[in-house]
Amino acid sequence: MLDKRMSLDEVVARLADGSTIGIGGWAARRKPMALIRAILRSKLKDLTVVSYGGPDVGLLAAAGKIRKLIFAFVSLDQIPIEPHFKNARQAGMSVWELDEGMLHWGLRAAAMRMPFLPTRVGNGTDIAAEPGLKTVKSPYADAEEFIAMPAIKLDAALLHVHRADPQGNTLTLSPDPFFDELMGRAADKVFVTAEQVVPTAQLEMTHNSRFNLFERALITGVVEAPFGAHPSSAAPDYQLDLGHLKTYADSATSPETWAAYAAKFVHVTDAEYLAAVGGVEHVRTLKTPTY
Amino acid sequence: MTINYSLAELLIVAAAENWRNVGEVMGFGAGTIPRLGVNLAKATFNPALMTTDGECFYTTTPVGPGERATPENIEGWSPYDRTFSTLWRGKRVAMVGPTQLDCFGQANISAIGPHQRPKVALVGARGFPGNSIHHPNSFFVPTHNTRTLVKGEVDFVCSAGYNPARWLGGKQPFGLDLRIILTDLAVLDFGGPDHAIRVRSLHPGIRFEQVQDNTGFPLLRPEVIPTTPPPSAEQLAIIAQLDPKGMRKTALKGDPPGDRRAS
Repeated sequence: MLDKRMSLDEVVARLADGSTIGIGGWAARRKPMALIRAILRSKLKDLTVVSYGGPDVGLLAAAGKIRKLIFAFVSLDQIPIEPHFKNARQAGMSVWELDEGMLHWGLRAAAMRMPFLPTRVGNGTDIAAEPGLKTVKSPYADAEEFIAMPAIKLDAALLHVHRADPQGNTLTLSPDPFFDELMGRAADKVFVTAEQVVPTAQLEMTHNSRFNLFERALITGVVEAPFGAHPSSAAPDYQLDLGHLKTYADSATSPETWAAYAAKFVHVTDAEYLAAVGGVEHVRTLKTPTY
Repeated sequence: MTINYSLAELLIVAAAENWRNVGEVMGFGAGTIPRLGVNLAKATFNPALMTTDGECFYTTTPVGPGERATPENIEGWSPYDRTFSTLWRGKRVAMVGPTQLDCFGQANISAIGPHQRPKVALVGARGFPGNSIHHPNSFFVPTHNTRTLVKGEVDFVCSAGYNPARWLGGKQPFGLDLRIILTDLAVLDFGGPDHAIRVRSLHPGIRFEQVQDNTGFPLLRPEVIPTTPPPSAEQLAIIAQLDPKGMRKTALKGDPPGDRRAS
């Protein structure tokens, strides 16, 4: 029987320097943070990161892992501007800034193995002025000119789900699935971290099929990572940890505060991390945020 | 009888006008005052509006800032994928908060200074580019000055405006429809020749010159400029119901009074 289970470090070992990595979730919601911290502990470097960005981008930027960022925003939701991202931007980190929908469209083009998809989005803005971004004219009577949004092909996608079986069947139970499906389809390899890895029958797929975003054929590796989205949310299992996000945000103040944060929360085992952020009960009982 | 009202309450009532006569669409107001504006519109003159809990559920009655929807109030689903579908279809009317806005109505929330190495990095363009050319948009600028309403163009054009030099093929983008700019001093609109920005109404106690002096580009001055209508007692009561936690009281620095003739 197929068994795609592996460890966080085994996933990182399959990622190559200089590759393009898509990260699922949105802002401070359902980010594969345990995997991001494992990348920070590794020698992996020069990544092109594609993300609806949150603390995933901030951590990778603070650790100098990003060669280029492809993004539409980076935010911690309740903390509107991600301070580590802000530091990196102001230090000149290379970026390709897009509209949220253009990013969606670029991933969709890659998912469909199309070179581009036409869109109106970007017309009239500085985003359309990006060198290399071409336009295309409708061949029909309207003759309208569109931006030809190029495919954003990913070498790997890193996604956090609620449940998985060892074969790579998954459930994403949160209220908003975001664009994880497109990230998965746009990627050569997809690695999921899951709150729980369970036997297939326990997925109760007849009832839960709507939470199954993609087929197991896309999935390269499955990692059981309980609380692996913390400090972002994996609702309904647990909510975002605003208290920890503030601690994390404060660590952007200076190189010393960042080093102290990394020593306490990054260069530790997963068990030490969970203890350092307040333990299992703390994470399980985090308050539901308002938006 | 004189009714006392705060500037926040005046602005909520003025913001609500953005969703009058727009029909059954998704109403979106970014930030406390625009959100209470869309909620007031839904609670009074446009009950057909669809509004969300700020995350991904439509609710039957408006959910205020800092509040959560009760399960029995949820009537529909709007994850981000569906939100894009809705706005690309044009079924949305928004009021958003730019960091910079220029004479063309072009908005910036990306970066102050050079884009490659900004003086101040902001959140990023988010959905501004797509929003701006698919459905009606208005702007909320709580601090009206020459740093927010800027001379020349904004530092990074995130949303399209009435600037033909930037339009593909020189044609006005498909759904570009800018409505009002609501500030702490006045209501501006795009009603001048070629959508030039003019003063539609002045808030009580504010003079045209004050508005012009705090704006980085020339404003059209109609012969008669009305005063922004103050909230009615009924509207104030509804606003209090829509905002039981009093979020409006901390939305503007110092929670100033709405009528500034005395001050």
